[in-house]
Amino acid sequence: MGAIGRILVQRLILGVLTLFAVSIVIFVAVNMLPGDFAEAILGQGATPEAVEAIRRDLGLDRPMVQRYLSWLAGVLHGDFGTSFAQANFRSFTGSETGSGLGSVAEQIKPRFQNTIFLAGTTAAIAVPVSLTLGVLAALYRNTVFDRITNVATLTSISSPEFFLAYILILFLAVLNPVFPSLSNIHEGLSFTERLRLTMLPALTLTLVVTAHMMRMTRAAIINLLASPYIEMARLKGLSPMRVIIVHALPNALAPIINVIALNLAYLITGVVVVEVVFVYPGIGQLFVDSVKIRDIPVVQACCLVFAAAYILLNLTADILSILSNPRLRHPK
Amino acid sequence: MAERLLEIRDIHIEGHTDETWVPIINGVSLTLDKGEVLGLIGESGAGKSTLGLAAMGYTRDGCRISSGSVNFDGIELTTADAATRRRLLGARIAYVAQSAAASFNPAHKLIDQHVEAPVVHKIMSREEAMRDGIELYRRLRLPNPEEIGFRYPHQVSGGQLQRAMTAMAMSCRPDLIIFDEPTTALDVTTQIEVLAAIRDIVEQFDTAAIYITHDLAVVAQMADRIKVLLRGDEVEEAETREMLSHPREEYTKSLWAVRSFQRPQKPPAPAGSTPVVALRGVSAAYGKIPVLHDVSFEIAEGRTVAVVGESGSGKSTAARVITGLLPPTEGVVEFMGEPLPPSYRKRSRDQLRQIQMIYQMADTALNPNKTIAEIIGRPVQFYTGRTGRERERRVDQLLEQIELDPATFRGRKPGELSGGQKQRIGIARALAAEPRFIICDEVTSALDQLVAEGILRLLARLQDELGLSYMFITHDLATVRAIADEVVVMKDGRVVETGPRDEMFRPPHHPYTDLLLSSVPEMDPDWLDRLLAERGVENIGDAAADRM
Repeated sequence: MGAIGRILVQRLILGVLTLFAVSIVIFVAVNMLPGDFAEAILGQGATPEAVEAIRRDLGLDRPMVQRYLSWLAGVLHGDFGTSFAQANFRSFTGSETGSGLGSVAEQIKPRFQNTIFLAGTTAAIAVPVSLTLGVLAALYRNTVFDRITNVATLTSISSPEFFLAYILILFLAVLNPVFPSLSNIHEGLSFTERLRLTMLPALTLTLVVTAHMMRMTRAAIINLLASPYIEMARLKGLSPMRVIIVHALPNALAPIINVIALNLAYLITGVVVVEVVFVYPGIGQLFVDSVKIRDIPVVQACCLVFAAAYILLNLTADILSILSNPRLRHPK
Repeated sequence: MAERLLEIRDIHIEGHTDETWVPIINGVSLTLDKGEVLGLIGESGAGKSTLGLAAMGYTRDGCRISSGSVNFDGIELTTADAATRRRLLGARIAYVAQSAAASFNPAHKLIDQHVEAPVVHKIMSREEAMRDGIELYRRLRLPNPEEIGFRYPHQVSGGQLQRAMTAMAMSCRPDLIIFDEPTTALDVTTQIEVLAAIRDIVEQFDTAAIYITHDLAVVAQMADRIKVLLRGDEVEEAETREMLSHPREEYTKSLWAVRSFQRPQKPPAPAGSTPVVALRGVSAAYGKIPVLHDVSFEIAEGRTVAVVGESGSGKSTAARVITGLLPPTEGVVEFMGEPLPPSYRKRSRDQLRQIQMIYQMADTALNPNKTIAEIIGRPVQFYTGRTGRERERRVDQLLEQIELDPATFRGRKPGELSGGQKQRIGIARALAAEPRFIICDEVTSALDQLVAEGILRLLARLQDELGLSYMFITHDLATVRAIADEVVVMKDGRVVETGPRDEMFRPPHHPYTDLLLSSVPEMDPDWLDRLLAERGVENIGDAAADRM
């Protein structure tokens, strides 16, 4: 296990380093956004003095490196700072500070949980469906089944997400009221109720991500069918299904795992449109709203969460594909 | 009369290329009785494997049986449905592939692959099949039979894998096994163990077999009858001894005659003359893994030095050190008495020009997108500075030297050439630099015997005309016998023995040289029996254990 242990530690360190580099990029990029919170919130009444006062209150007048370091120090302690919008709101109403109500972490946490729930539900449907379809398409390659599967998944991936969403709403909410068209998620819902509310956005996203995973499964398997060991398996008199499941699939796992990871990362970071259509309270909407009002701490925190999700999923994919290789699992 | 097991009648097989069906097998017939071994022999492209697979009722993707019949024990395989054929495959007809390393699934343990057929065909339970597998491993004299099956293919050596594959084919005690070049990818010393193991087990279980190979000497040991194929047609068929002593057809005779090419050995270079290339105390390593240990030998002007050894002996690494691709960790390479800079980066263009290389795989050594004129013209311009019409004239001259018509071949690309022609282009490219010394790295081992012989004759002629010196890397002792003046035997990165060729082939030798020499199969059908008797069967088991 020595070799594998070394590779894993190496990948982990690389992941942390990447996250660190990304944090710099995020901070610089977000701070280069034109306009700032003070101007955005004061709108027409932005006198230079008022702008200056707010900037001073929020610490925006300090040099960038200093701000980055204090932000980084906070992040490392689990403190993503205080949302500008919340801080401002409190200063208007005069409520006491320090209760933690306005912290970015508090704001993001429920949204992130919702996003994870949606991504998890989608993955639980999409991954098994794509793998099954991919295996079947490889098994019945160049038949009517294969063509139909390809055309259907390609159509769904080529259509805009909102369009798919509205079609699903039309068929599953309006014509046949099976699922609610609005995902009105709030605390205190039972799991099944929550699942029911999440179903339409999850199905929409399933349609979006299935094509990649299914086609990669199909291609990775077909790629191996010319190998001598597949011929050997056929010459042992095994059924075509067994040849594919037992002999081709285990060797095709690495590329499939990688495509699955990329799609899961997309489910966490790229689903704003679907959230908007179904009014699903995920992290994507929070992100877009915060960019609109230049609520920098929230934007930064969202970006960091997205980056971490990407890196973590790709890291997991890397590790799993390494583990799927018997040469690395069982060195000579 | 023995019981008939397999009868193939007038079978035609076609392959699909460029939207048309091209014939691969044109009406070949064969019969096989229970317990009989038939050898199928021919050059590459003769359709041996296709015919062997057709005996299982199987064709590769893109191939089809267009007419004829394959009757296995009363079952017509060409018309049987897929389920019927699957019931036979693995259970009553089994297959042993050329490369066991590629034909074992890398994702599963050997024993799991072994028990698959008996379990799927409901012949044994998993536990029975495992016990039986271990027993078969023991009979095939695999080391640690109890334990070896629980390894993954990459953890087992090539010769052992090939025996494990034979064991796997035996798992259901089939009536017929197709052996498709089972020892071609192995070193000679390993080949013996596998040949002996296959022959024993086939005899023990009275299994019929079709043994496919391009090596006459191997088939002579294994087969009761031999059938010769040429481009999808049958040339002739006869009992093994009859075929070896009295081949009827011209083609068969030419196959038999190939081994007769032999140049006389040149006298040793006069004492005191400067060798073209000399390795002095060279050690080299890949990363931290040492590959060469204190290697010294010389190559004299106008001579051919053959470097022989099994895979992993360091032959090609020595070539990489001479060309400067792998700087040695110790020692020096001299050219005409002058030490060469260790790395090719530090060598002058003239030093680079003097040492050229010809590669084993002409397919991958030539850029498929360039024309022949460009491939040869590039080094002409780079090394000799000829441009324009002068350069083209030189390309034509080189093509004539390698016996290819310039007008026909200038504009072609490598994909439009045969294997032998590609290798000739490789030679022309090396000659374009006008070198003194050429390293030939297994240049004939990917070629059929007749074509290989043509290449050897060409190299010999060029040496006489241009005074070239060759370092000839090979594992094939027949090639050594044909062209070498001196021989360097390598094992595990060390030089075991050096000397003039004629002396090397005359005893007494170093024990390892002896092992190598005696392992080369001979045409005599009794050769394997005699050799095994001389060495003693136990000995082979030990040799296998050594390799662990």
